[in-house]
Amino acid sequence: MKKSFKGNSKLVKSSQSKEIAYRLWQNKAAMAGLLILLVYVFLAIFADHLAPYGFDDQDLSRRFIRPSAKYLFGTDNLGRDIFSRIIYGTRISLRVGLISVAISSSIGTLLGAIAGFYGKAVDNIIMRCVDVMLAIPSILLAISIAAALGPGLSNVMIAISIGSIPSFARIVRASVLTVKEQEFVEAARSIGASDLRIIVRHILPNCLATIIVQATLGVAGAILSTSGLSFIGLGISPPTPEWGSMLSAGRQYIRDHGYIVFFPGLAIMITIFALNLFGDGLRDALDPRLKT
Amino acid sequence: MLKYILKRLVMMIPVLIGVSFVVFTMMYFTPGDPARIILGESAKEHEVEAFRDELGLNDPFLLQYGNYLKNLTLKGDLGTSYSTGKPVTEEIVNRFPTTMLLAAMSILLAALIGIPVGIIAATKQYSVFDNVGTILSLVGVSMPNFWQGLVLIIIFSVMLGWLPASGFYGPLYWILPAITVGTSSAATIMRMTRSSMLEVIRQDYIRTARAKGQSEKKVIMKHALSNALIPVITVVGLSLGILLGGAVLTESVFSIPGLGKLMIDSIKQKNYPMVQGGVLFIAIIFCFINLAVDLLYAFVDPRIKSQYKSMRKTGKRAVKM
Repeated sequence: MKKSFKGNSKLVKSSQSKEIAYRLWQNKAAMAGLLILLVYVFLAIFADHLAPYGFDDQDLSRRFIRPSAKYLFGTDNLGRDIFSRIIYGTRISLRVGLISVAISSSIGTLLGAIAGFYGKAVDNIIMRCVDVMLAIPSILLAISIAAALGPGLSNVMIAISIGSIPSFARIVRASVLTVKEQEFVEAARSIGASDLRIIVRHILPNCLATIIVQATLGVAGAILSTSGLSFIGLGISPPTPEWGSMLSAGRQYIRDHGYIVFFPGLAIMITIFALNLFGDGLRDALDPRLKT
Repeated sequence: MLKYILKRLVMMIPVLIGVSFVVFTMMYFTPGDPARIILGESAKEHEVEAFRDELGLNDPFLLQYGNYLKNLTLKGDLGTSYSTGKPVTEEIVNRFPTTMLLAAMSILLAALIGIPVGIIAATKQYSVFDNVGTILSLVGVSMPNFWQGLVLIIIFSVMLGWLPASGFYGPLYWILPAITVGTSSAATIMRMTRSSMLEVIRQDYIRTARAKGQSEKKVIMKHALSNALIPVITVVGLSLGILLGGAVLTESVFSIPGLGKLMIDSIKQKNYPMVQGGVLFIAIIFCFINLAVDLLYAFVDPRIKSQYKSMRKTGKRAVKM
């Protein structure tokens, strides 16, 4: 009996996943976003083979060469190929985006789930801390944390993660508050399931749609914040080919060599655009009621 | 209503104390010695030590925070700037109007573009206008504003020579920064207006208004828009708060002497009191903007106004919006 019930639940889950995948497949904009993201992932993985030059190959004899067939996006003030640096930069941006969101979504989900599930004093304490963090604009919070920790890849990831935890906690809490009132949670409780089991096995899977959508859009925010921090000198320092630091290094040459800042910025914009397209599509696919 | 406002103001106090603690802690653990930075590398060790004593930097963490909070609450004193020796409050008051002006112009521009485009996109759903507007809004949200600022400088200052590239001395100087800061907000407002309008124009009362023979303009502007405004007001209010923080990067691009640039310079100089004061000040403004947005709901939606009133009569806990 138990086995067949489990089998049924698996069937329901698989048909639900298929339906979501179908709805996502039907959304052309989301698919376009996904395609762009896959191209970026491909570039990040095979950067060593695809980039025509190394990211730090300096040659002062080829400084400020305009975009051409040989140097697709031109060269910078140190004679480095901008196209190659952008390809290598994909690795940094995707890594920072994904790791920051993994950290912030895990901690935010945990805090939001505990606050929503236990309510009362626990909820009050957690949510007042969240309110404090939310009272500081996120970029300002990330800047302050990055200033405290100092520049560097891992510090940037920590700064951005801490800055994003409150929004995850708030969203997950709201979702948990709705789900925990459902009958299946009551049923689980009545057969003696522990709190941990109820949260992990019954509540969180039903909040997953919200978490996934927030995470997808969170990656976009993290990439944007990373480049912003690097732009003001608090993020990833040169010669690491981070797009924001490329913009920062190139801004003093924009009067005569605008292409130096144009292409790294375009790379950031296309990434965020693709993530937004995919995130919006995913939200519509996971919860068609939200579609307008 | 007054009771509601007072309640919200009281609720703000622990949040702001929390913000002050968070910022103080972050700055406390920031590497580098402010006394050494102020006195310079040539200063002798005993001079630096004496100066640290004078600044209270040798006191235990909690004592330092306690003194900071005491001065803040009793005297409204945010400390003294390490780099200029002036009170932090004075520095903030000098710089804030520039940032506020930039944020206000940007949000005005964003609302003037975002709301009409959102309304037209919703009323002509799936038309070319809607599709183009939706794509442009996504592009607007996706553009890093510091990059957009640089691109605008290249086009309008370097190539065309129409507008100045830096400074904030008059209306001509305001145009590029306002467009830079306002674009992403315009996109967000447009998306919110569109989705909110789409939800409203499917309601029965809109159909009824049309059936009664009211003109389309009146149906949209009077019946639909007024009901679709609440989420739009929320986004406009939140955007204004975010702009105040986000202007940090734009002020840096256009060398605007606002609060954002002051904060970045202070972070680089390890000017802790200035950073603490700046963040706390922006957080206070952010909280007040949120309160103003909540109060604005009451003017837009009479149901919310009556909710506030019933709270006063019954003494029930305020419903958090």
